[in-house]
Amino acid sequence: MKKTFAKAIVASALVSGMLVHAADTIKVGVLHSLSGTMAISETTLKDTVLMLIDEQNKKGGVLGKKLEPVVVDPASNWPLFAEKMRGLLTKDKVDVTFGCWTSVSRKSVLPVVEELNGLLFYPVQYEGEESSKNVFYTGAAPNQQAIPAVDYLMNEMGVKKWVLAGTDYVYPRTTNKILEAYLKAKGVPASDIMINYTPFGHSDWQSIVSDIKKFGSVGAKTAVVSTINGDANVPFYKELGNQGISSSDIPVVAFSVGEEELSGLDTKPLVGHLAAWNYFQSAESKANSEFIKTWKEYIKDTKRVTNDPMEATYIGFKMWVKAVEKAGTTNVDKVADAMIGMEVPNLTGGTAKMLKNHHLTKPVLIGEIQEDGQFETVWETDGEIAGDAWSDFLPGSKDLISDWTKPMNCGSYNTVTKKCVGAK
Amino acid sequence: MKIIKIILLNLLMLSIALGASLEEDSKGLLTKSFKKKQITIEKLTINYKNDERLESLLQKMLVGELLYLKKDKSIVSLESKKEDEYLTKNFFTNKDLETKSKYDFKKIKINNKLRSVIKSSLAKINLFSSDIDTRFKSAKNLLNNLDKENEALLNEALIAEKDDDVKEVLEEASTILIAKYGTGNQKLEAVKKLGDFLSPKSLEILNEIKETSTDKEIQIATLKSIASIETSKSFYAILEKAFFGLSMGSVLLLAAIGLAVTFGVMKVINMAHGELIMIGAYTTYTIQQIMPGLIEYSIIIAIPAAFIVSGLVGILIERLVIRHLYGRPLETLLATFGISLILQQVVRSIYSPLNQEVKTPEWMSGALEINSALSLTYNRLYIIVFAIIVFLLVLFILNKTSLGLKVRAVSQNREIARAMGIKASWIDAITFGIGSGIAGVAGVALSQLTNVGPNLGQAYIVDSFMVVVFGGVGNLWGTLIAAFTLGEINKFIEPISGAVLAKVIILVFIILFIQKKPRGLFPKKGRDAED
Repeated sequence: MKKTFAKAIVASALVSGMLVHAADTIKVGVLHSLSGTMAISETTLKDTVLMLIDEQNKKGGVLGKKLEPVVVDPASNWPLFAEKMRGLLTKDKVDVTFGCWTSVSRKSVLPVVEELNGLLFYPVQYEGEESSKNVFYTGAAPNQQAIPAVDYLMNEMGVKKWVLAGTDYVYPRTTNKILEAYLKAKGVPASDIMINYTPFGHSDWQSIVSDIKKFGSVGAKTAVVSTINGDANVPFYKELGNQGISSSDIPVVAFSVGEEELSGLDTKPLVGHLAAWNYFQSAESKANSEFIKTWKEYIKDTKRVTNDPMEATYIGFKMWVKAVEKAGTTNVDKVADAMIGMEVPNLTGGTAKMLKNHHLTKPVLIGEIQEDGQFETVWETDGEIAGDAWSDFLPGSKDLISDWTKPMNCGSYNTVTKKCVGAK
Repeated sequence: MKIIKIILLNLLMLSIALGASLEEDSKGLLTKSFKKKQITIEKLTINYKNDERLESLLQKMLVGELLYLKKDKSIVSLESKKEDEYLTKNFFTNKDLETKSKYDFKKIKINNKLRSVIKSSLAKINLFSSDIDTRFKSAKNLLNNLDKENEALLNEALIAEKDDDVKEVLEEASTILIAKYGTGNQKLEAVKKLGDFLSPKSLEILNEIKETSTDKEIQIATLKSIASIETSKSFYAILEKAFFGLSMGSVLLLAAIGLAVTFGVMKVINMAHGELIMIGAYTTYTIQQIMPGLIEYSIIIAIPAAFIVSGLVGILIERLVIRHLYGRPLETLLATFGISLILQQVVRSIYSPLNQEVKTPEWMSGALEINSALSLTYNRLYIIVFAIIVFLLVLFILNKTSLGLKVRAVSQNREIARAMGIKASWIDAITFGIGSGIAGVAGVALSQLTNVGPNLGQAYIVDSFMVVVFGGVGNLWGTLIAAFTLGEINKFIEPISGAVLAKVIILVFIILFIQKKPRGLFPKKGRDAED
């Protein structure tokens, strides 16, 4: 009697174990720095992904399976990104990864993702000049941020002279190269373009701001196009204020200053300066107010803000879920095929569509910084703009296009020589 | 668009014709369209030029304190806010309203274009204000947004004006108008006179005349005037660069004085020096958080507070760790490096890894304008003065007090000093405390210039060591001269080489210099210099 009872217990334990095994989970990798210099920005995106997974699981998961996050910390260390990615793909066997912030971390992960045929969603605005079969770029390409911002300044504000100021690394260098070519194509003489690079975390802006002041005080209206990264922005704007340059004299349009960055600083000297993004927290749409509400509840802090890369993460996640449901599997190739042409409502009231080149359609918004650290939209494009992987303004990439559908299936196809230049 | 504009203008006219008041007409501001707001403001400025309330209306709008109640669309001005509650006043009746949730109000928002429209409107109104400063500012504003219609206004103001500075700006404006729109001799005189003014506006107009004028005499006069402006401009540019160098030097000096005491006098390689600076900056932040009403004085209060906090942390480090490691520089280096990481993490755990916002008091923002070509920012100016005061104070303590005497005695020959009855270990702790306290004081100054975050110290540790080594270890005057030399070199090569390369050049320069003179600019002389 006792024996059979024990047998029954063992048997039922086995059965229930099998049941658990049968209803296994879909693993979602989260590859964002949780320590080091980039932690400030990237931790938010980790929380965003976790929030979205949580939400999806409450709705019953995907394909009847729960999503299981696998969070790793690459610690703002670029080679470590590649190592952690390899771990996620070989050891944890994740079906998809959301991750990276800086371009250098993406470049470090890229060969691993391609070699092991993984799937990466990259949610930050970047310099373009890339299109990989295994990566979906849900942030803005230069033609979805930098170029429209310059157009706005040129056409709406009558800016004739340009200061391109940036931190010294790959994103500002490439973006400024594109902008310089673009401005020259628009007939701006080289003498009316001033380019300046500063180290990470630069704090002594006196002479640079004084140069900008001198450059801007003679002749036509001047604007600063800033790709200055992170911390260095605060002393930069402060120095502008102290030297008496207001946003109405020389406006600064920034590509790296969002709500999150503004939340830690005295916004008084920044009021009226501009930023170009594809999303602002102040965007008025129902989806957005719901997103903000969910975020504040999830993070349990009413003061936390939302920003553009969060929206990009949101769009990427929703698209992946839809694509998996459409493909009926988490197989990378099938999901990647299903992704193309996928449409998901964005948070600004429009629709984001995944293009053949693995980039999205996005609206471009120009906002003025307000005293409360939010942006007031002063201009936006009519409808969405298609992301362009290869800039039309650089000599090397002018003729390249990217198309990941059959029959082309190529990330860098040269339309002149009719050849696929990069890896298939 | 034009039709709408005309209709709107007509509507406005109509309402004026009907005997409307400022109160009625200001309702035109309660729209979302910035264009319509602009038209309203321009109209108001013309029609209510003499109404005192208009100025305060525009002023409030400029600083974003003009709101309206969503319910009855009445315009109110914001008096104070407490969390989500706003205390407001009806703008026209001046009646205090009860506090209401901020969601009941809507701000009358402005953008860049409106901001300059308001500023030029205010300039016209304020040209006759009783306050000299306001008059000066509006005259400047007028100069920057000059057009032909201002001529009558300018002349009127010129006659009434008593103050010299304001008069000069007005004169420049009126000269520009004559140079641009005048004819014959009058124009020639004006062009000649413009050479004496330094503002970029004059240069701009002169360049314009150079391009367009066909009169030979005027052409020559224009070129002469341009040349004269350019010469004085380049002179002031050099002065400005020298000031920038001085200011950078003062920051280096502040960061390095503390190290000059601990490293220079005590020979302790303290890698946690940067973190002591950071603690000083965080003390400033904490004081501003505790006393939100005293932002104007917070910096002054923070100076002794930061000295005490950083000093105590320094003494603690000395007593717990460094004391056991005297004479073992490598271990000291590693241990203090570890301490620096611990301190960073402590701050991260207490205050969060995000940067904190340290407010700048009113008296430290803005710039002292010497003339249109040269202005010195107040925060930098104060920090230069402050750095020199701190330096003199340290010099005084080390050379003129009995404590200083003991410190020097212990650093020169520990054994003999102890034989003389000096408590060497006590002196060590006090010296280290003073050095650390000064680092904290440097942190107060830096909180006004850079980001206050856990990594603040790391940005300055290398620079501090550079200055102390370059100046000569153990020599305070060397530290002073080294700091200012490095600052000046940096600022004079930066415009040529760019900020990134400037840093590299400085480092290469110091490496080469140390090869030639390993003991720095001012090496210590005498018997104790050998060790």
